Amino acid sequence: MTNIEIILTIISLIVLIVAGFYAVFKKDLIHAVVATSVISLVLSLMFYLLQAPDVALTEAAIGIALSTIIFIITIRNTKRFEDK
Amino acid sequence: MQAFLTYSIYGTALFLMLLGLYAVLMKKNLIKIVIGLSVADSGLHLLFVAVGYINGGTAPIFSPAVAGTGTVMTDPVPQALVLTAIVIGFGVTAVALALVVRLYRKHNTTNIDEIKNLKW
Amino acid sequence: MKNVIIISLLGVTAYYLLSAFVSIPFGEDFINGVKDFYLNKSPEDLKVANVVTSIVVNFRGFDTLGEVTVLFLASTALGSILYRRRSSHTALNPQRTAPQASTLVQAGAKVIFPFTVLLGAYVFIHGHLTPGGGFQGGAIIATGFLLMLISYRKFFVEHNVLTWIEALAGTSFVVIGLAGLVYADNHNFLENFLPAGELNDLLSGGIIGIIYIAVGFKVGAEITGILDTLLTIKEAGLDPEEN
Repeated sequence: MTNIEIILTIISLIVLIVAGFYAVFKKDLIHAVVATSVISLVLSLMFYLLQAPDVALTEAAIGIALSTIIFIITIRNTKRFEDK
Repeated sequence: MQAFLTYSIYGTALFLMLLGLYAVLMKKNLIKIVIGLSVADSGLHLLFVAVGYINGGTAPIFSPAVAGTGTVMTDPVPQALVLTAIVIGFGVTAVALALVVRLYRKHNTTNIDEIKNLKW
Repeated sequence: MKNVIIISLLGVTAYYLLSAFVSIPFGEDFINGVKDFYLNKSPEDLKVANVVTSIVVNFRGFDTLGEVTVLFLASTALGSILYRRRSSHTALNPQRTAPQASTLVQAGAKVIFPFTVLLGAYVFIHGHLTPGGGFQGGAIIATGFLLMLISYRKFFVEHNVLTWIEALAGTSFVVIGLAGLVYADNHNFLENFLPAGELNDLLSGGIIGIIYIAVGFKVGAEITGILDTLLTIKEAGLDPEEN
């Protein structure tokens, strides 16, 4: 890996950890779902850096767009907030 | 540097898997449980692709630029497995969310503690 | 008490998984054998430039057939879980819960939609040359339909048409597999029986092109069906018709 790739990798890993915490512990479910979408976006970048363009394309199409939209449709039809 | 990268990538993958498992085991909200499944999936995919990576390798595609030059290529087998796993994961998420909607229609709640009559 | 048990359980799992991970070297070629077999055989015998595609369709074609079947079952299960008896009024005019999108979104969606479908078709037709394939192309096409579904309240997909596309695509996949039993050299299911062509040509790789076109149509139709089923749920809350 070149230097720029290593720097991008480290930034991506930090964003992954932060977004993971946000997705699991946030009470507002819409925010949590957007955090999972961010996880997918950064994961797609990670796959590209790890020389797996096929997997990156799949994750970009399915993880970012389609998974997020089915979560949001479900939340619209149920409750938005996770109560104690 | 190499050791640090090894530990950080595998550690992040492991962390995401455990975080997802924690959400599945501890959270009361059904949608939160499905989110936990999706996060655990992401960690697993990262782990698989990271295992297949080879230093200095290119993507396993024989484009005219690399054909016949003897370039090292990354392992294509984990990539094919992860490709399958992502699509199946989408199907699992869709069915799980449909079940959540159905339970909400019947019980008017998404909290698993309030759904008491889980008996035949 | 429950928290302590679960956290200690997760800690034990983390310890054993981490001790296993440390022994896996990152960035080294430590799995011998399988990778070299695929990397040598794919461009020489099968003339497929993208090795991941050749693994997914040629070497593990039966697995891919199962994967498409699982997605079909997911779409069917979704329809049957969310099924509710429609009154005669809503059967004629099905309604969406989503509010009307703004004019800007509608105009933009109308422009972007054909290009999205074109991009999806490009991705699955060139699956053996560039990154991509049937699953990615189908998902991109479904994204285009999703854009139209959330922009226009009057845009409905015909479930009969989707069913026919799925049936034709699935049947052609299985028929190509059965033709391999008859015409291919070793008489195996899903074995390549068409001429392989030249590496990096559009018409190369034998049956991969046909199978990926079928998979692209099938995945696109299935995911569009899932999205349409989820989006045409009526009002949330308890339904007096149920039970």
